[in-house]
Amino acid sequence: MKTRVYVTLKGGVLDPQGKAIHNALGSLGFTGVNDVRAGKLIELDHDDGVSDADIEAMCKKLLANTVIENFKIERA
Amino acid sequence: MKSAVIVFPGSNCDRDLAVAIRDVTGTAPDMLWHGETELPANIGLIAVPGGFSYGDYLRSGAMAARSPIMRAIVEAAGRGVPVLGICNGFQILTEAGLLPGALMRNEGLNFVCRDVALTVENSQSTFTARYDKGETVHFPVAHHDGNFTADSETLDRIEGEGRVAFRYAEAVNGSSRAIAGILNDAGNVLGMMPHPERVIEAAHGNSDGRRLFEGLLEAVA
Repeated sequence: MKTRVYVTLKGGVLDPQGKAIHNALGSLGFTGVNDVRAGKLIELDHDDGVSDADIEAMCKKLLANTVIENFKIERA
Repeated sequence: MKSAVIVFPGSNCDRDLAVAIRDVTGTAPDMLWHGETELPANIGLIAVPGGFSYGDYLRSGAMAARSPIMRAIVEAAGRGVPVLGICNGFQILTEAGLLPGALMRNEGLNFVCRDVALTVENSQSTFTARYDKGETVHFPVAHHDGNFTADSETLDRIEGEGRVAFRYAEAVNGSSRAIAGILNDAGNVLGMMPHPERVIEAAHGNSDGRRLFEGLLEAVA
């Protein structure tokens, strides 16, 4: 069974990488992009018995740093 | 003074840190592999060195902060044992929850590697007792993820409690409120991005870092 975990920076946290990507898009001539935020996608391949609570605990303990990041769990 | 330098796969400042501790205290620290689960008895100082532990996978310091030895370090820190984290060591201590905030990619995205001016903000701690408050010192920095970030409430709290140990006296990495090094609430854990262990004798260009280790020796011995 597969689960996707999306890790993104919290709203108020400045994202230097997103800002650089945004600038690069501008220099390539793409217009109309107002902001870019970069995050991570982590795919877990796991046994069926792994619960939502287990995955949430994995996110809180390791996959995301909840000081600066949010996570979203998407079960396949 | 009994001390230990923790070594992770990818640490690269462990030997410099060991030399600084040995030179100042007269006793070589134990080099302790991250897979160990116990610290030496009667330990007076735990030093977490710079480098790129686990290749900075996931986040800088994230994997190292979950390695077996960290449980013993968190427990020792709770008992008041001084813990010094430099550069990657600072990142590891924040990831382990021993210090607040997080260290993000430098503003401007550049790896910054040069000597920088710092202001000593707190001269009352175990680590900074040999410095004067407001004094300017010069330590090298060498990091990609040194941009200290915390919510404004946390920043206000650590400032109010005098827990900012060092502040950049020039633009370096975009750190919130130019914070270069912070203490935990009990004052026995210091995390800092600049490298005091790289400036302990005149041949290094200056010896501003030496007093940090001298102060520790005095406090612990």
